[in-house]
Amino acid sequence: MSEAAATADTAAAHAPAASHGHAPAPGGNLWDGGVRPLGAHSKKFGMWLFIVSDSITFAALLFAYSYVRLSNVWPTPFHGHSIVTSTAMTFVLLSSSLTMVLAVDAANKKLRDKAVLWTMLTALGGLIFVVLHTMEWLGIINDHLMPLIKAGEETKSGWTMPMVWGTFFAATGMHMLHVTVGVGYLVVLALQYKNGKFKAIDIEVAGLYWHFVDLVWMFVFPLIYLMSAKI
Amino acid sequence: MSVAHDVEEEHEVHVHQEPKEFIWKYIFSTDHKVIGKQYFLLAIVAVVIGLGLSLAFRYHLATYTPQGMFLNPDHYLQAVTMHGTILVFMVLTTAPLGGFGNYFLPIQIGAVDMAFPRLNMLSFWLTLLSFLVLIAAFVVPGGPPVSGWTGYPPLSAINSATPGMGLGQTLWVGSIAIFCLASLVGAINFIVTTLDLRARGMSLMRMPLSTWAWFITAIIALLSFAVLFAGGLLLILDRELGTSFYIPAGVVFGAKELNHKGGSPLLYQHLFWFFGHPEVYIAILPGMGIVSHILANFARKPIFGYNAMVYAIAAIGVIGFFVWGHHMFQSGMSPYVAVAFSILTMTIGVPSAIKTFNWLGTLWKGNIEFTSAMLFALGFVSLFVSGGISGIFLGQNAVDIYFHDTYFVVAHFHLIMGVAAMFSIAAGTYYWFPKMFGRYMNEPLGKLHFWLTFVSVYSVFIPMHIMGLWGHPRRYAGFEYAFLNDPMIPSMHNMITAAAFVAVLAQLLFIFNYFWSMYKGAVAPENPWNGTSLEWITASPPAFDNFGGKEPVVNHGAYEYSVPGAEKDYIMQTDPPEAAPHAAAH
Ligand SMILES: [Cu+2]
Repeated sequence: MSEAAATADTAAAHAPAASHGHAPAPGGNLWDGGVRPLGAHSKKFGMWLFIVSDSITFAALLFAYSYVRLSNVWPTPFHGHSIVTSTAMTFVLLSSSLTMVLAVDAANKKLRDKAVLWTMLTALGGLIFVVLHTMEWLGIINDHLMPLIKAGEETKSGWTMPMVWGTFFAATGMHMLHVTVGVGYLVVLALQYKNGKFKAIDIEVAGLYWHFVDLVWMFVFPLIYLMSAKI
Repeated sequence: MSVAHDVEEEHEVHVHQEPKEFIWKYIFSTDHKVIGKQYFLLAIVAVVIGLGLSLAFRYHLATYTPQGMFLNPDHYLQAVTMHGTILVFMVLTTAPLGGFGNYFLPIQIGAVDMAFPRLNMLSFWLTLLSFLVLIAAFVVPGGPPVSGWTGYPPLSAINSATPGMGLGQTLWVGSIAIFCLASLVGAINFIVTTLDLRARGMSLMRMPLSTWAWFITAIIALLSFAVLFAGGLLLILDRELGTSFYIPAGVVFGAKELNHKGGSPLLYQHLFWFFGHPEVYIAILPGMGIVSHILANFARKPIFGYNAMVYAIAAIGVIGFFVWGHHMFQSGMSPYVAVAFSILTMTIGVPSAIKTFNWLGTLWKGNIEFTSAMLFALGFVSLFVSGGISGIFLGQNAVDIYFHDTYFVVAHFHLIMGVAAMFSIAAGTYYWFPKMFGRYMNEPLGKLHFWLTFVSVYSVFIPMHIMGLWGHPRRYAGFEYAFLNDPMIPSMHNMITAAAFVAVLAQLLFIFNYFWSMYKGAVAPENPWNGTSLEWITASPPAFDNFGGKEPVVNHGAYEYSVPGAEKDYIMQTDPPEAAPHAAAH
């Protein structure tokens, strides 16, 4: 993804600031300037900040979900079949976290081909997740939302969506968007890492993103699916 | 596990040359200085539009009679909505942080650029896109929305409410969502830059207060825009896909009940104000930093209570996240919760007062030079006090219930958030212009600008406080003023409008001065104000890599003015440690 490309040459790498990474001034400590106090590459720190911010966005979405769920009578639409599908999706996504770990490890050991392979496998895991998820979405739309509830002219499409499906599509859609972006990010990363443009650190930074997206799913899955399962 | 690799990879040095072609040098530049100026220019265009709108509705209010009005009520609300949105997002958020922050934060910490120059360019272009999408609302069928800069649902969630609530409101939400992304990218860049790229010796407690303010502001932006983004997404879904997050059952529109149920407008208000209150600090904290920096410089004294200033900025940033409920006292809230929000709101008065007294302490027995920059900095302190005091009243839930929908609130937030922040922008411009363009701005024009603005803004907003006390409602395109039973009201409207015209015309003077001085101003040296911080060791304007290939090493705190025993009345941060015998301990 272009984000990684954009960070490929940070200002820290420019000539006069080469002192970054050297020892601090005599008698000084890590926070006295001239070094990165956190001991991590700036890109890694930047990704952590992105994760902080993005997790707040997801927290707000899940807060909204809880807010409307608590103030309404909530149906339990997920039968055994959809729980099986979503469990399979969860399994695929978690496995892709494992391949991501292996990719980072291989990159740090300078095993270039292996790192490319593991990164591509991670992307494949993400892709399978997106395909399964899309099929599930289409199934839900066919089962529950067709025909859609006809409404007045107040919505552009001329229909309204019951709250349970509004929250479902909002939360899982936002997550699916993150997975889709992540798949593109990993593919570009693997190709550019292969031809030497990206480094091991870039794989590690992508790994942070990928694990974060997996972690978000570990909140979405119980809150949206398991709590609404028909038992 | 990868630390060794980080170090190894960092030693691959890419030397970047300054691009030669116009388009890469000035348009698609990754240089933080060019990007800072781009943000600033964007803010100037936006402020002209935003202030122009305010003149339109001020003229309307002064000439209003039920028989004939300058704007019809729809247009009035559209003008107010766009005025608020443009000024809050495109001016007060972009100029102090995106403009000055981009230009001066890397220089003040001794870095050659931001940590991620290309992401920096991305955040500017996203901001510009957001601005263009917002402005497009003027030209689409139906025009801009009428729901105010806060965009409250259910109104904002219903496409057919008024003509502007169709495409216009859609563009508005889209613009805000893009703006959130731009701010997020920018905030990450500012935070990483401040922590990772400080020059040798630039410890955190040696950073200028302006840098501290930009740093804390970036943290606030990182945490608050994320919530607005989520709130905006749900509003888009309600509008476009027929969900009902914000629309309860039983909303009747056009004599027909809507088919939505289960949502809550309060949910939006919580998400919006969780962002909205910190947004006030996003607008004003950089101003506090800039003003502290300027006051010390022109009082020729160290800033009074530097550490307390840093802690106060941080405290304001933290407490600012726990007070959003004071915008919702009237929306229906448990009185117990309201009391909690009241108390937390008043807690913010403590760090704010610390800052104010420290500014006064800095001025005390100083050797004050009344430059235009200093006048605006002093004006900021004045506005901060007079605008902040009324905030204490409004933070009381019992008092707020009376004041909330009156001009009192309008006067309060315009003084503290709008005008005070504008004063800090003007102060920063007069102060840093010689550095940015190598020329001074015209001082007599600057002083005229100050006095005209200072007198006119108070003439606008003091009467509004009084009208608010009398119960004059806000957001009304007009009503029978006799209803308020006070014959003064129409003449006060006239006076406010006249003062508003003076205030806006004075800003044109400023904009003229800005562009005229770029080419015709007196040539400025490296350190025109005898300042101490790192921007004053660079050429005016600074070299492409800021320090001309040299690597600054910092030996002093940011505000060592009038140090006893020193040669000059200021010690620059890069002066050798022995320049002030007892200052090295800083
Ligand atoms: Cu507030």
